[in-house]
Amino acid sequence: MIDLAVSRRNILKGGAALGALGLGSGILPLRSALAAPLTIGIVYVGPRDDFGWNQAHAVAAEALKSIPGVTVVEEENVPETDAVSKTMESMIQLDGAGLIFATSFGYFDPFMLAMAEKYPDVQFRHAAGLWTDKNPKNAGSYYGYLDQAHYVDGVAAGLATKSNKLGFVAAKPIGTVLLNINAFTLGARKANPNATVQVIFTGEWSMPVREAEAANALVDAGCDVVTCHVDSPKVVIETAESRGVKTCGHNASQAPLAPKGFITGAEYKWITIYSQFADALSKGETLPNFVRGGYDKDYVQNTAYGAGATPEAIKAADAAKADMKALKPIFVGPLKDNAGKEVIAAGTEHAPYDVWLEQTNYLVEGVVGSIT
Amino acid sequence: MTATSPAEVNAIPLRPMGDLLARLGRSAEAILIPLFALVAAAILFSIFLLVLGKSPAQFFSLLWLGGFGTPFSWTNTLVRAGPLIFTALCVAIPARLGMVVIGGEGALVLGGFAAAAIAIPFIGWAPPLVVMPLMAIAAILSGAAWIGLVGVLRHYRGVNETIASLLLFYIAVAIMNFFVEGALRDPGNPNKPSTPTIGKENMVGAIPGLDVHWGLAVAVVLAVLVWVLMNRTTFGFAARITGGNVRAARAQGLPVGRLIVISCALAGACAGLAGYFEVAAIQGRANASIAAGYGFTGILVAFLARQNPLAIIPVAIFLGGITAAGGLIQRRMGMPDATVQVLQGLMFLVLLVSETLYGRIPFLRPRSA
Repeated sequence: MIDLAVSRRNILKGGAALGALGLGSGILPLRSALAAPLTIGIVYVGPRDDFGWNQAHAVAAEALKSIPGVTVVEEENVPETDAVSKTMESMIQLDGAGLIFATSFGYFDPFMLAMAEKYPDVQFRHAAGLWTDKNPKNAGSYYGYLDQAHYVDGVAAGLATKSNKLGFVAAKPIGTVLLNINAFTLGARKANPNATVQVIFTGEWSMPVREAEAANALVDAGCDVVTCHVDSPKVVIETAESRGVKTCGHNASQAPLAPKGFITGAEYKWITIYSQFADALSKGETLPNFVRGGYDKDYVQNTAYGAGATPEAIKAADAAKADMKALKPIFVGPLKDNAGKEVIAAGTEHAPYDVWLEQTNYLVEGVVGSIT
Repeated sequence: MTATSPAEVNAIPLRPMGDLLARLGRSAEAILIPLFALVAAAILFSIFLLVLGKSPAQFFSLLWLGGFGTPFSWTNTLVRAGPLIFTALCVAIPARLGMVVIGGEGALVLGGFAAAAIAIPFIGWAPPLVVMPLMAIAAILSGAAWIGLVGVLRHYRGVNETIASLLLFYIAVAIMNFFVEGALRDPGNPNKPSTPTIGKENMVGAIPGLDVHWGLAVAVVLAVLVWVLMNRTTFGFAARITGGNVRAARAQGLPVGRLIVISCALAGACAGLAGYFEVAAIQGRANASIAAGYGFTGILVAFLARQNPLAIIPVAIFLGGITAAGGLIQRRMGMPDATVQVLQGLMFLVLLVSETLYGRIPFLRPRSA
């Protein structure tokens, strides 16, 4: 009798262990039988469906999932603090990730750098142009020149406007944002020399209330095309659409938000970079540390034209795209800032890969607004 | 002079026994009711998962794996528990005086900023033994001043402390941004406005054998000290009297105003220390990233711990574990980040409802009144 009781208990134990095993196999990633399987971890600072920066990455992540042998694990709303180190570490330790994409500016230093030192066998790539050769060799940067796509936006907007007043809702007056405002303005004024761009800075990457106020203020001031550089352009585009003005997008496609007034938008095309990396790793090649490019490398694109684009705007914007693909410089001297000071002398030009552009600290002639 | 009856003689040593039973009943109540609330929340959450077509078994096993299942998970959990203990103390101390202070995040932000700012003139030449205490003191003092201000507004101006502390959080962030984007901005960091880095030598290291910085140890010691202060000193006694009935406390001659302001300042000092460690152990500089939400999760920790400083320690570890597992759950189950917040919200609600159960469960009530 006693033996029977014991054995019954053992059977129960065995059953429990089996159950746990079954559970475990569901939890642990099943190693794929394909050659060189790769798990890629992607970390986002905000929600994946923000119609902006994070969505641009998430769209690429979706495309990555279809590559055989590639498993993608994603985590959203990870703040730029110790939490991101732990997320990366968790992806490596618990999911077996071999490549990590850290997609927010503040993830790089100190968090991603520290993780790269701690896990030398894992590759880390960060979406901004921050990596230098003093940093770990298994880390790196990738970045797209969105100013080229903003230039194309500007060309189309300059021809779609009737009031010759364009509006720009900007987050913070820092280099990359100023570069986009300037490129948009130069595009607009190339197509339409009478166009001016009025800019309002909200001061925050994400501040929906102020973004709506800014968009309304621009429309009230007579702007009939509004664009923006904020983390999530959703509010700006929707507000402008409801006020009956045209819009140009930023970061990801906002076309569904503005069925009547959407012209085109400046979009990243991260999938080009992501699939190149995945491809190289599965072939056993080493990844480049620093990758950057624009239209010429298919790293940026413009959203398909919406109802707000006029035929002549489409024609001019297509020509501008061809210029961008041919690496034609946007910033050509003589160029003055909007206070009348010369920033690029006659005869000088700054080609798309010139790092000088990343140090932009002025607004070009034609922009109404100031940095301070 | 009457003779004592044997019954009365026996009654004297019996009374402590009765007290002990009553106290046992009360502490059993204090453990069983929150436990019951947690189980109830887990059941409600399972229903929520089933409605979404997800497996509760998978959810809870992932919760275990991500929070406590491996040595790495424990590190991940403890790293998050440290700041939660500090910010929960910022809620628990004023709660003893009947105040609901929810703006600990503001003291955290300002404390972190003050620590980074005061270090600027000393970076590179002063020994860490000077710079590190200086930074900690700056963080403690600015945090104390910030929540102390809430106490002052409450006592001398009758401003509701909950609203005041919440609104002061926004002001704290604005103050930090003003300096970080202006006078104290590091010119070497053009695309992310920050103060200059404090330097590797001034950073707080990890507890030996653990991949967790010293903030956790300091937080645990601080929680014990606060418990002693609130439960074993005349200050704590006076604070609890004030929390029970302000008018009675006044009638007793207790300095109510001073008690309120000092308690708020102490609370702010705890949150300020959280800010110090966020800068000195993690970020190395002050910028918008130091407002990572620990101040707000700390409110939940304090309420789950029923404002008991000792209970805050395990509860912070428990919630740290849930947050740590949140990422794994997102990745494995393809659920949004808000899933774990739904669980936390349910826990909070059920816990508040369960407050009404105290003293109403028959078998926990002492039989004789």
